[in-house]
Amino acid sequence: MATTSQPEASLPGTKDPETVILAEEIHKYYELGETRVHALRGATVKIARGEFVTIMGASGSGKSTFMNILGCLDKPSTGRYLLEGVDVSSLAKKELAAIRNRKIGFVFQGFNLLSRTTALENVELPTLYAHISKAEGEKRSREALALVGLGDRVAHFPSQLSGGQQQRVAIARALVNRPSILLADEPTGNLDSRTSVEIMDIFQKLNDEGLTIVLVTHEPDIAQFAKRSIQFRDGKIRRDDRNQNRPLASEVIKNLPKLED
Amino acid sequence: MDLFAIIRIAMRALARNKMRSVLTMLGIIIGVGAVIAMLGVGQGARQTMQEQIQAMGSNLLFVGAGTVTRSGMHMGWGSTKSLIYDDMLAILRECPAAHAVAPGSSSSGQVVFGNDNWATRLNGTEPQYFDIRSWPFLEGSAFTQNDVEMSANVAVIGETVRKNLFGATDPVGQTIRINNLPFRVTGVLVPKGTSAAMGDDQDDIILVPLTTLQKKITGQPWLRWIMVSAVSRQSSYAAQQQITSLLRDRHRIRAGDDADFFVRNLADMADVADEAGRVMTLLLASIASVSLIVGGIGIMNIMLVSVTERTREIGLRMAIGATEGNVQQQFLIEAVVLSLMGGITGIIFGLGASYVITQTLGWPVLISPLVIAIAVVFSMAVGVFFGFYPARKAAQMDPIEALRYE
Repeated sequence: MATTSQPEASLPGTKDPETVILAEEIHKYYELGETRVHALRGATVKIARGEFVTIMGASGSGKSTFMNILGCLDKPSTGRYLLEGVDVSSLAKKELAAIRNRKIGFVFQGFNLLSRTTALENVELPTLYAHISKAEGEKRSREALALVGLGDRVAHFPSQLSGGQQQRVAIARALVNRPSILLADEPTGNLDSRTSVEIMDIFQKLNDEGLTIVLVTHEPDIAQFAKRSIQFRDGKIRRDDRNQNRPLASEVIKNLPKLED
Repeated sequence: MDLFAIIRIAMRALARNKMRSVLTMLGIIIGVGAVIAMLGVGQGARQTMQEQIQAMGSNLLFVGAGTVTRSGMHMGWGSTKSLIYDDMLAILRECPAAHAVAPGSSSSGQVVFGNDNWATRLNGTEPQYFDIRSWPFLEGSAFTQNDVEMSANVAVIGETVRKNLFGATDPVGQTIRINNLPFRVTGVLVPKGTSAAMGDDQDDIILVPLTTLQKKITGQPWLRWIMVSAVSRQSSYAAQQQITSLLRDRHRIRAGDDADFFVRNLADMADVADEAGRVMTLLLASIASVSLIVGGIGIMNIMLVSVTERTREIGLRMAIGATEGNVQQQFLIEAVVLSLMGGITGIIFGLGASYVITQTLGWPVLISPLVIAIAVVFSMAVGVFFGFYPARKAAQMDPIEALRYE
């Protein structure tokens, strides 16, 4: 993959007309009985189109809360979040659902596929909530499955697929409505190291085609495949680096031993 | 998301737990089946009662001679001598709501034919009596007005009398002896069976011309009763009032005094019987609907379990763009599909049960399409009512919490 041919991602704060995510001074409090948990204490992040960002941090660092806000599953207590220039912090629940449906693709650690439902039908799920025809939804779903290399497994049930294959179905599902960003929450957390690299290979290839990816992980091995790495600690961003010499997952796989069992 | 897609999803979700779905449906099946069968039995009974009252005669009014109190003792109805033939003619002449009238007097008699004898009621009347009571003949015909004028010894017998005296012999043209007087049988009446309203055997009767009874048997020139048919069922109440005021006038009864006659309206009795049937139907149906409610609670229970089990699925659907409305709709439709499928199966079971009741117990069962339509709508309503809370619970989940649920 010719990563060097990609336009360099801009650093936060610099002017960029192609900004996809702009989070400014995000605070988030939770009321837990009498105590108030301050999960985010002023996080500001700007992510341009075509970036591949990992968010790292220990548990309790606020990275999950931040991801939930980026994914429009949660709203910031204070601060502003612009997704493609739209201030989503002020939207109603129904409008947020529409944003999640069309602009955001989710990939979870636990895959979250519906059992006893074929790969194709799982991928079709987001199209059911979008206003597109059934035929169009199916066509896109087949394309998305082909894109993650499962074009020949459309009729398989999750129980008939390996973990890596299940996660690829989940990625296809996240892509089917052609979102602006792909949010992956520990997508390799349940996978062995070789399969993890295979998933990262898919992410790198999707990113090469222009997809913006934000990935939460606590494994540095995984984070190194991204172009940029953001570190959370105590609800704040501690580090925001661009990865130098990032490896190509497709090259790394070649050096990994094949699994014997 | 179109309705068919949601129904398909609901069906698949239910098929995932076939046993559970069937058991849940069973509550509704039993409930709807019981309601259908009970309504069928109730309406059948009501219909039968109506038919029996119709069988007593259409729009019928019964004017009876009243009671006399002699030395403080009530002598029973028909004991006065004040109801006379001219009263009947006056009713026909002066009451516009009265359509036809027939006079009558009653006695009892010992009837003999060959070696058989039978004690029965003996009524004297005129031929129009059979029209007024809409009582057709099984064999032969009524005696004629000419017979009445001649005080002829002719008789019409009821089915019970025929059975007891004649057996297999054709009675028409035969001569029977009533209180030792010979009578020629002109006809046999169609059996009416036991009267639902009165509880007596209407076929245990012999009818002879009024004049014959008065002159040759009782020796009493007055009437015991007058049968009146009103112009229509609606006008039978008007007829009742007209007859009452006419006869009070003719018998010179002062306002406030008890009349020496009474007027009974069979439409009244029909209404009473109808009301009784309605109450019975309602009672049966409400008992049956209790099981429908229990079935509904079963649906609610299972839907709550299902919502909890599928918390992650709900979270996922919300994350990928399902609105609260979408989720609520999905679970609501699942509950409705469950209850509707149960309802339709229940209707089939109810129809089957009704058939069995008719076959084994011989009860008439009447199931109207309306009842079936109501059962369908009602079972759907049960689904909506008992599915609403679980669906609401699903829709109000927080997607973040739901996705984290183990």
